[in-house]
Amino acid sequence: MIPPAAFFILAAVLFVLGILAFFVKKDLLTQFMAVEVMLNAGNLGFLALAKSLGKAEGQVIVLFVITVAAAEAVIGLAIIILIFRQRKTIQTDDLKDLKG
Amino acid sequence: MVWAVFLILSFLCIGSVAAMILSRNQAHNALFLVLSFSSLGGLFGLLDAPFAAAVQVLVYAGAIMVLFLFAIMMFNLRGELPARAKKARLALTAGLGAVLLAELLLAGRKLVLGSPGAAPAAGGDTTRLGHLLFSDYLYAFEITSLLILAALVGALALAGKKEGS
Amino acid sequence: MADLFWLIPLIPGASALGLVLLGAKLSRRWVAWQACSAVFLSFLLSAAAFVHLARLPPGAPGLTKTLLAWISSGPFASPIAFAFDQLTAVMALVVTGVGLLIHVYSTAYMAEDRSYARYFAHLNLFTFFMLVLVMASGLVLMFVGWEGVGLCSYLLIGFWFERPAAAKAGMKAFVVNRVGDAAFIIGILFILTNLGSSSFASINEAAVGGLLRPGLATLVAILLFVGATGKSAQIPLYVWLPDAMEGPTPVSALIHAATMVTAGVYMVCRLSGLYAASIPASTIVAWVGGATALFAATMALVQNDIKKVLAYSTISQIGYMFIGCGVGAYAAGMFHLVTHAFFKSLLFLAAGSVIHALAGEQDMRRMGGLKKHLPVTFPVFLVGALAISGVPFLSGFFSKDAILTGAFASGQYALWGAGLLGAVLTAFYMFRLVYMTFYGKERTAMEPGHSLHESPRAMTIPLVILAVFSVLVGYVGLPVFFGEKADLFGRYLVSSVKSGSHHLAVSTEGLLVLLATASALLGIALAFVFYRRTPALPSRLATRFPGVYRLLVGKYFIDEVYDAVVVRPLVRGAEKVYERFDLRVIDGALNGSAVAAGRAGKGLNFLQSGLVRDYALAFLIGAITFLGFLLL
Repeated sequence: MIPPAAFFILAAVLFVLGILAFFVKKDLLTQFMAVEVMLNAGNLGFLALAKSLGKAEGQVIVLFVITVAAAEAVIGLAIIILIFRQRKTIQTDDLKDLKG
Repeated sequence: MVWAVFLILSFLCIGSVAAMILSRNQAHNALFLVLSFSSLGGLFGLLDAPFAAAVQVLVYAGAIMVLFLFAIMMFNLRGELPARAKKARLALTAGLGAVLLAELLLAGRKLVLGSPGAAPAAGGDTTRLGHLLFSDYLYAFEITSLLILAALVGALALAGKKEGS
Repeated sequence: MADLFWLIPLIPGASALGLVLLGAKLSRRWVAWQACSAVFLSFLLSAAAFVHLARLPPGAPGLTKTLLAWISSGPFASPIAFAFDQLTAVMALVVTGVGLLIHVYSTAYMAEDRSYARYFAHLNLFTFFMLVLVMASGLVLMFVGWEGVGLCSYLLIGFWFERPAAAKAGMKAFVVNRVGDAAFIIGILFILTNLGSSSFASINEAAVGGLLRPGLATLVAILLFVGATGKSAQIPLYVWLPDAMEGPTPVSALIHAATMVTAGVYMVCRLSGLYAASIPASTIVAWVGGATALFAATMALVQNDIKKVLAYSTISQIGYMFIGCGVGAYAAGMFHLVTHAFFKSLLFLAAGSVIHALAGEQDMRRMGGLKKHLPVTFPVFLVGALAISGVPFLSGFFSKDAILTGAFASGQYALWGAGLLGAVLTAFYMFRLVYMTFYGKERTAMEPGHSLHESPRAMTIPLVILAVFSVLVGYVGLPVFFGEKADLFGRYLVSSVKSGSHHLAVSTEGLLVLLATASALLGIALAFVFYRRTPALPSRLATRFPGVYRLLVGKYFIDEVYDAVVVRPLVRGAEKVYERFDLRVIDGALNGSAVAAGRAGKGLNFLQSGLVRDYALAFLIGAITFLGFLLL
């Protein structure tokens, strides 16, 4: 049997990689993808915990997370499309209206 | 045997994410992520969560990432590769990432050094999952469906506009 | 009626408040009636209290009333409390009585002035504060009155504030008084820290009972006396009084002759226990008084402004009062205070009458021969001059004699001699004034159409009343050879002030009286010679002794010395402080903090880059830190 600890370490590494991806990339779309990676890392962590504690609540959470992530992806992409329509770019460096 | 599966799947997962970081083509990025999420689904299966694994592959790898691909195709950004990030920034982020990793591992040290895993409860996971969803977490379940509906309507409202408005 | 005595200060105070708030809207008639009636009521109450106290057996406590707890912290308490004993009764009568006459006089003198209501508001306010001063039961409340009369003095000296000379004179009075007040406050503080109470009763008892450390009584007495030199215009803080003549003449009469300037004498008498317990302090008081008496008299000899002569005369006469207090003859000092109040205010008001008749002329060189034009003013002025010179049977004679006898009796022969010399000078300069103003050729330069007439009745009646009192008031304090009981004044004050004891034989006293009389007559005779018989004599003397003459006319150049040694360095120092500290440090700190805030804002601007990844970086750092805290 594989100890849940291994999965947890994996989840942590995945999460940090997601963060790195977010900071490395410069276009909105890919950064959004990085957010999805982070979410999945979280899911993995939850499941590892569920396995180690023997409860099924972890899976419940994972289910909800996936659902909400789907909804969020939909809306997020819609917004990105709108931004692209207006600014003709999705480079985050060009989207700095809040500069002050 | 199981370990081999685990190792292959984890390398796939992490490797594709790393590739996604390194690649500058957005379509490639999306495809790498599809691969990553699929292997993640496999890992879910290794954790005695078959339902979650199925949902992951179906929804995440199969629906969400496809959505991303649709968006990429819509933008039609061929020929516009984003610039490289500055070295210093990379180093900073890597450092911070390392710190965070350490913290996370530290936070979960009970788990990391802890039990090999309690025995799963009887009755199979999926059955139990169903029980929980429709009893203790019914409320959340229903709200989530509303959420999906809202997202659908919202997306239509947002992106359904004609260009130029 | 006597137990309503605590209303005495409050009635003029209320009137003052009313005039301040509504004066501009009231008619002049109303203002005059209100102001004078307020003082009149206070006078009636004072008289009632006076009589009540006269009937008490000696040693009985006077009237007291506490109005308000005011300050009460720990062991130290200073309530607003009035204590009305015989000494206070005398002062109250003088303040309200003479004050009433001057109020009435002012209704005519200031009749054409623009700020009629303001004048009477200030005058009533002054009366209020002066009465608080004399009725206070302790040093702290007395100091309130002390400062208050200083304020009113400033306001009234600079009453015609559009005149730069008047404004400057007001400032000078206030600032010089402040110097004295600083010493006064330090004295009060010493008393408070050592006794825990500033009430006169406790101070006098402690001093008499030997409860104060030997040095402390002297120190406090000297400090308080320094304050008195400011308020009562003695050396070294007298310089403001001659300048104060810029104010209206009734003001000079009331404040700078009869009442405010005598506050220092009252204070010393009130604390007679303290001063009697400290020989060094009393000696200083007496000698300062004596020196001032002579010093000021010499300056009065050559002044040409009629009011300035009277001003220096006042300084000199108050010196006499301090001689009396300093040698232990407190009752004699008070006696002279009372008689001086009458004849000095008489002289001032009569001078005002002269000035009024001459449409504002104050220089005696442009007067002369006014005897026939001013049939009321002249005789009363003469009475005042005779009184102040110490001519027998008038009040000044009795009071001055009491002081000189007291000095002689306590062995201070030098002071007695100085006093005698001062009497000669006093008579001389007073009659110089009389001769130059009322006799001889008419040197006046009147505008055509302006006739030289006597003053209106509102002015002459008070003059006459004052003249009558200047004659009669002396008879309450007859010297010893009329019998022990004849000194009504001294006996009245027995409960409230310590009295020195006379141990002089009747024959010695008689000799002293003769010498005093002789000195007065000598002064008058000399004045006659100088200014009537041989009018060329003064100018010839001046050319013979130019140095002395210039020294006297230049007032010994004390003002210039003060200016160079004190005023200018202070002003320059203040300017330096302003430049170095006020502008640089304080303004710099203020402006600097504003600039710093701006710079900080600009400096932190880089955080608001508008870029999502920078904000995400902040998130990340925050999350790491938070997690770190949770783990540690």
